[in-house]
Amino acid sequence: MDKISIIIDGKKVSVPPDTTILEAARKTQINIPTLCYHPDQNVKGNCRVCIVEIAGANGFAAACCTTVKEGMEIKTNTIRIREARQMVLNLILANHNSQCLSCKRNGNCELQTLSQELNIEEEFLDKVVDLLPIDQSNFSIVRDQTKCIKCGRCIEVCNDVQGVGAIYNVNRSCDMKIAPAYEKGLSEVPCVYCGQCINVCPVGAIYEKEDTKEVWRALEDPNKHVVVQIAPAVRVVLGEEFGMETGSIVTGKIVSFLKRIGFDKVFDTNFTADLTIIEEGNELLHRIKSGGKLPMLTSCSPGWIRYIEFFYPELLQHLSTCKSPQQMFGALVKSYYAEKMGLKPEDIVVVSIMPCTAKKTEAKREEMHLNDYYDVDIVITTRELAKMVRESRIQLRELEEEDFDVPLGLSTGAAAVFGATGGVMEAALRTVYEVVTGDELDKIDFKNLRGIAGFKEATIPVGDLDVNVAVANGLKNAKILLDLIKEGKANYHFIEIMCCPGGCIGGGGQPIPATNSIKEKRIEAIYQVDLQSELRKSHQNPAIKELYEEFLIEPLGEKSHKLLHTHYIDRSKNNKDKRD
Amino acid sequence: MDLENNTMEAIEKIGNTPDKLIEVLIQCQSLNQQNYITEEQLNLISKGLNIPLSKAYGVASFYSMLSTSKKGKYVIQVCNSGPCYVNNSKTIAKAFQDALGISLGEVTADGLFSLEYTSCFGGCQIAPAVKINDMVYGNLTEEKVWQLVDSLRKEAV
Repeated sequence: MDKISIIIDGKKVSVPPDTTILEAARKTQINIPTLCYHPDQNVKGNCRVCIVEIAGANGFAAACCTTVKEGMEIKTNTIRIREARQMVLNLILANHNSQCLSCKRNGNCELQTLSQELNIEEEFLDKVVDLLPIDQSNFSIVRDQTKCIKCGRCIEVCNDVQGVGAIYNVNRSCDMKIAPAYEKGLSEVPCVYCGQCINVCPVGAIYEKEDTKEVWRALEDPNKHVVVQIAPAVRVVLGEEFGMETGSIVTGKIVSFLKRIGFDKVFDTNFTADLTIIEEGNELLHRIKSGGKLPMLTSCSPGWIRYIEFFYPELLQHLSTCKSPQQMFGALVKSYYAEKMGLKPEDIVVVSIMPCTAKKTEAKREEMHLNDYYDVDIVITTRELAKMVRESRIQLRELEEEDFDVPLGLSTGAAAVFGATGGVMEAALRTVYEVVTGDELDKIDFKNLRGIAGFKEATIPVGDLDVNVAVANGLKNAKILLDLIKEGKANYHFIEIMCCPGGCIGGGGQPIPATNSIKEKRIEAIYQVDLQSELRKSHQNPAIKELYEEFLIEPLGEKSHKLLHTHYIDRSKNNKDKRD
Repeated sequence: MDLENNTMEAIEKIGNTPDKLIEVLIQCQSLNQQNYITEEQLNLISKGLNIPLSKAYGVASFYSMLSTSKKGKYVIQVCNSGPCYVNNSKTIAKAFQDALGISLGEVTADGLFSLEYTSCFGGCQIAPAVKINDMVYGNLTEEKVWQLVDSLRKEAV
């Protein structure tokens, strides 16, 4: 199609039809300010910060939702526009609780940055901030409506990306707010706690429930033996919080930091990711041989588990009974490790560092404890780890790299890839192939299962059997597969589902922003970790072999069932979480 | 139980697809003596039309003709748009408050009346006007308000 010629700030530009003024301007390095606009979402046009002047038109036009027309003359930065933008921002600020110093997003807030860029010198309008209660009804996510600027990004991600619909617009006009039905707490509605709303929020209206104080307290308690585990997706992302390039791998520095602040042992969730592969792989083979429920669905992602429990309880039997790596780790520390070290489980505190807000609630599930002790005691997110680094005043960049402690710190590259969508499947196939055929797998990179696409599938010959697998990330994609299973049309043996788009590297506890282009770099880093690993197949992990020899005896054995497997709950009738 | 059955019936009659939401909401509200959509009804509608409850609630709370909280048998809506406003709609609202003994946004203890402001419903030529359920009354004075309330009370008995 013919290009359209326009003039932006005196510069002649040719762009395809249907280009918005915002896109056209950005192509010419003219950076129009935005607030409600998000690169991975639909255009909303509700904040009006991106207004520009069009020659011959009355008033202003919003650049994000106005398409160019032949011969348009646009001005993006005149005194009149700057003053109008300041007014728009002042109207938003009048309705915003601007206590920046104590805000979770202080220093990383789009509204704060914009106020600086637009040179707001004074909030000259009267404040009209409703004193609404802060929703702290659950273990994962906190909502503070006094900070909400009603951009609607959280609604889009919750409804259109995740297909959950826990929140929506309530009321009209100046009474409009974003809330669950009947303005209930998140714990009273089918929220899966994925935290994707947090990642797209431009301000501090939604954030994780912070648990760093509990960690500091445990570390200073002389009677406690405190161990920590780090999820695969944390090590390739934390650096972003400290100005490092996206995709920087900081595993050794995190280990070093955690040792410095006093953890007795620094272990790795990757160890139990390897273990998950052994248990889950054997479960799959058992189901195939014995005519069990297929396709089998992965069970590592707690947001996904809540989703199927709420919306497809009739398919719960398809879920692998394996606990997630986080929970397997906790269960083993309080049994195997405690025995080995001669410690009482009640004297051990297990801390998890996760890319995920749903993990906080997973750790508090009633099934997730043995005797009186929860498998995992405290869960913090990558963002909270960054806070602890800052609080400690230790310079992450300057730390020497250190290795994880043994034995629960040993892992393979197969475990590392758990952090990206498709990773669990790839890791499982590497092991299942060799266990079944007894042959060594030459091509261990399953490249067609990699990447950020929402849905992927493949058929892999394993001995006499062609194993059909599928991989989905983002719950709306999961829903498509679940509907197929319901209709009996899902001809797969094994399906990996990750709640968050891109997998755990895009989790709700990860540094903000987390746009698709950032996620792609994080995924590259995950596979880099895999490539750099000496061993790249879970069943080769010597510490896992030792664990079976010394303790578990065999996969799916009695001890495994007690410690490493779990069951699920139909939440379709009663949304409420039981709180202790 | 009746309300549940009637709600299900309404959904079946109008259609169980998301695009029928507003029609279903209006119909379901009319099934209820108290002129509102109950939480139970909204849950049925959400499941029946396959719409998240939050979205069904969002739509129901958006439109002033729909309510998610209990109203009176007679819903008195005083127009507060320009023409009525300049014709003393405030005085009319005050007269209703005095005659009913409630404030705007409240329901009388006997559940008969609720009072609220609304925007223009097209009664500008007879301003100040009010809408009571499906009826419009205009050219109101304080005296007429008291008479109107009286006659509705009698009608209800």
